[in-house]
Amino acid sequence: MFNLYFTALKSLAVKETNRYLRIWVQTLVPPVITTSLYFVIFGNLIGGRIGQMEGFSYMEFIVPGLIMMSVITSSYSNVSSSFFSQKFQKNIEELLIAPVPTHVIMWGFVFGGLGRSILVGILVTVISLFFVPLQVYSWLIIILTLFMTSILFSLAGLLNGIFAQSFDDVSIVPTFVLQPLTYLGGVFYSISMLPPFWQAVSKVNPIVYMISGFRYGFLGVIDVPVMVSMGILVIFIVALYAICWYLIEKGRGLRS
Amino acid sequence: MTYALEIKDLKKVYGTGVVALKGINLNVEEGDFYALLGPNGAGKSTTIGIITSLVNKTSGKVKVFGHDLDTDLVRLKQQIGLVPQEFNFNPFETVQQIVVNQAGYYGVSRKEALERSEKYLKQSDLWEKRNVRARMLSGGMKRRLMIARALMHEPRLLILDEPTAGVDIELRREMWTFLRELNKNGTTIILTTHYLEEAEMLCRNIGIIQSGELIENTSMKTLLAKLQFETFIFDLDRFDKKPEIKGYTSYFEDEQTLAVEIERNQGVNQLFEQLTQQGIKVLSMRNKSNRLEELFLKITEEKQPVEEKHV
Repeated sequence: MFNLYFTALKSLAVKETNRYLRIWVQTLVPPVITTSLYFVIFGNLIGGRIGQMEGFSYMEFIVPGLIMMSVITSSYSNVSSSFFSQKFQKNIEELLIAPVPTHVIMWGFVFGGLGRSILVGILVTVISLFFVPLQVYSWLIIILTLFMTSILFSLAGLLNGIFAQSFDDVSIVPTFVLQPLTYLGGVFYSISMLPPFWQAVSKVNPIVYMISGFRYGFLGVIDVPVMVSMGILVIFIVALYAICWYLIEKGRGLRS
Repeated sequence: MTYALEIKDLKKVYGTGVVALKGINLNVEEGDFYALLGPNGAGKSTTIGIITSLVNKTSGKVKVFGHDLDTDLVRLKQQIGLVPQEFNFNPFETVQQIVVNQAGYYGVSRKEALERSEKYLKQSDLWEKRNVRARMLSGGMKRRLMIARALMHEPRLLILDEPTAGVDIELRREMWTFLRELNKNGTTIILTTHYLEEAEMLCRNIGIIQSGELIENTSMKTLLAKLQFETFIFDLDRFDKKPEIKGYTSYFEDEQTLAVEIERNQGVNQLFEQLTQQGIKVLSMRNKSNRLEELFLKITEEKQPVEEKHV
């Protein structure tokens, strides 16, 4: 049975990988262009006037946040749009009639999101090298945060895909929820700069912990303790995984 | 005896309150070529949906080659290949990607899947199109692709939900030959179709579903034996006086077209004699409709619930 599940998982992961590579102009190029513009405008042009932040140049400070922003957006939108498209075209039925357990279906889609977001993360990092040299404080923290954030937002995208009934439903959450939370999650500033009340409010935003943990991996500076960041990531992953598993197992929006 | 498909008291009530299946009992023997017929909305697709786990049942039992839907789902799914009514492949993937991926979901290694894809795509006359995106295929090719995809894991039970809808007659006949060959080689086939001629040509046994109930479940021969009469159409040459036909129920469909109901064992000799005596020349003769179609309409009309009849 293990062989069956492993082969099925490999097939789904390959299919998902082929999907985002086939449409690379839509999946890989836009985050690279957007982030390059951020580097030029905020980092190079405006950043020079802002001065130092937490002991680093503004450009150095925003690099981890911008990489993380691309990772979050890519993993989320990859899974939400792929899952919803398969629902819409009904080719999700290929998986539903096959002897593929829900766990395998979920990991297949998560691998798609993980692959695309890491590839985008690498591309954005390479672009950042044109503006500022790469600083690394802890590879372990960088890799752990990167993988866990990507898995978390792949699962969040899957949840969106499960509930979505139209293409509008797939774009509403990234536009009205994900983007504001990311911008307010400390990509462009340290939350320690905020008054105590807004600092407390910011800490309700889970993206703060991801950006903080990721920035710690690069620069060694933190807004919140790194173990708290990791703990929050694990809690969200477990909760989202359980919810998605339950909904797919029950056939929410998939089986009548 | 282990049946290819065993259904016991299968019921389905949708969330909207619609009762789609009212307790169906059905056995399909291994190696059978079985037709599941019924008017639109009768419950055929719901039944197939439950067998293939696309629809959750409300109650009842389903077994495929002895594997229970509730307790042995993985093995049950491995036995089934489904050709659905609607195209449900990713139109942006190539023909070969579609069939190879599908085999992978059933645990077929990539190497083996590539070999099988050559076999089944060649059989389906799609090998030359293997690198073409599915959306570029014609309607008939798309149908064949769905059959090839369903065969990739070599299922013991193949379920075809209106596989020849929208397919031209030449291609339909090619598909019939292909399906007959498949059945001859041991694959049990369940077919739903609106072309009753297709069911009559291919299937040995037949079930008719109406309003969520199985109203007929018998062999094709037994069912056709129930047919009391067939209506034949005679295209007549010009005549001066309308012919009088004795011993047959007949009527004119138009000036030159005579419809005659001929009872079982009645024969047509007498009818021809009468026409010849009256100087009428018969230009051609044909069935008014397929005989299974005639019987199907009669049965479904008879078994229609009273409240529906008077609507």
